[in-house]
Amino acid sequence: MVEVLKCGLYDSIQDLGRFGVQEYGVPFSGAMDLNSAKVANSLLGNPIACAVLEMTIIGPKLKFHCATEIVLSGADLNPILNNKPVKMNTRIQINENDILSFGRRHYGCRVYMAVTGGFQAEFIMNSYSMYEHITSQSRLKIKDQLHILKHDKSIEEAHASLKIDKAQFQTEEVEVFKGPEYDCLSIKEKNLLFSTEFTISKDSNRMAYQVNEYFKNNLESIITSLVLPGTVQLTPSGRLLFLMRDCQVTGGYPRILQVSESSINHLAQKTSGDKFRLKCID
Amino acid sequence: MTDFKLTYHHFSERSILMQWPQKIDKNILNDVLIFKNHLSNLNIEYILQINNAYNSILIIYKHTIDYINDEVSTLKTHYSDRVSIKKRACRHWRIPVCYDEEFGIDLDEISTTNKLSKSEIIKLHSEAIYTVFFIGFLPGFLYLGGLDKRLFFPRKNSPRFKVEKGAVAIGNEQTGIYPNSSPAGWNIIGNSPLEFFNREMEKPCFASGGDSIKFVPVDIKTYHEISKAVQNRTYHIESEVIDG
Repeated sequence: MVEVLKCGLYDSIQDLGRFGVQEYGVPFSGAMDLNSAKVANSLLGNPIACAVLEMTIIGPKLKFHCATEIVLSGADLNPILNNKPVKMNTRIQINENDILSFGRRHYGCRVYMAVTGGFQAEFIMNSYSMYEHITSQSRLKIKDQLHILKHDKSIEEAHASLKIDKAQFQTEEVEVFKGPEYDCLSIKEKNLLFSTEFTISKDSNRMAYQVNEYFKNNLESIITSLVLPGTVQLTPSGRLLFLMRDCQVTGGYPRILQVSESSINHLAQKTSGDKFRLKCID
Repeated sequence: MTDFKLTYHHFSERSILMQWPQKIDKNILNDVLIFKNHLSNLNIEYILQINNAYNSILIIYKHTIDYINDEVSTLKTHYSDRVSIKKRACRHWRIPVCYDEEFGIDLDEISTTNKLSKSEIIKLHSEAIYTVFFIGFLPGFLYLGGLDKRLFFPRKNSPRFKVEKGAVAIGNEQTGIYPNSSPAGWNIIGNSPLEFFNREMEKPCFASGGDSIKFVPVDIKTYHEISKAVQNRTYHIESEVIDG
């Protein structure tokens, strides 16, 4: 069992997300940077769908009440085990009573901790991912006890090593496809969209990222239609909303772009003040 | 069956958006649902899930779509071959709502602005039959069509931080029920004691697209009785089968 001694900025249990229930209005959820979550599980030899702990910008303080193995992947928040720095993307042996904490953020925004066997959290609608009104809690709180699933030795054969390209955490390019309402924009607006440098605003969370730059437009609302994580909506007031994993399943703002799957992961590693440009790959 | 003119859009690496004419219309909804059922009945192995809204369907595939043109022409063939086989009969649901002033906190404002008495508002709201188009926005939030024009009322300029679970509200040309407490920009006129989203159930929402509902006014005493019965799982929502 892992005990939360101190919470980070936003800690939650996530997996690959919740599928097949969007017809009831249930969001997909899942790890914001799916790639890093998969890397953490793979390095341990876990199935990639195992539940991991997602931690954001400021990490929590955790106490292990059992021996296990962990891998940290994604953002480097300077992890410290019993006062000694530990490496990212490497299997770390954990003994009973070990304490994991984090220091100053080095790069990225979200770090994932996988444990051998995966976390045993509430499993609702085929997923461990926390989301308000779906799971009992939407984020971890102090004194929470996270149980670990018993694991089968036969699945323990792990990847020896995985080369992690750190550039993915620092890239300033976000790849997009044209959205269904892209052609409602004028040529001038389209050009502006791809020549602007955007700055991520502080109003960014698991539901959506926003940018500080306003984008004046005369687009009309659409009849409420379907959206996905990665859909970029443009509001009448000129806000660009980059929908993320916890987004609603439908929306009425024009969908001008769709962020590529890998760029959603890259965006999830950015935080307020970070800059990026859009690149059309359609 | 008349074919609508559809558009196909490669929405993301793994999804295609099909759009019907830009209109909120029961005939369009029927065609959307017929095709959605048809496609899901084909049990195509590489399709992960199919979702719909008023006039659109999003088909999510298990893998990246490599040949979009092939996939679109397959969908076009499926559309022209569609047959109407219902998975379940559409139902008409009677939803108890208490319009008491304890809940209907915006009734006064609508009454003054729209020049209707409170009882006229309640009468207009509860006499209409609403079509369920789809569920979205929040888990269990029904998108309903059929609000009387006299009840149209703009959204609040700044949303309330929190409204009660079950709040029945009007926003612009729509009416709806908040399935859980949440921030809300719509105007609250009453409250329903029913559960619109139950995560314990295999089918967490009782209503589906194509169903219809009617609001039945109840007094505060009845409201609390129903509320208790809902908690004890002894309340059965009145409903009957209708032709979709």
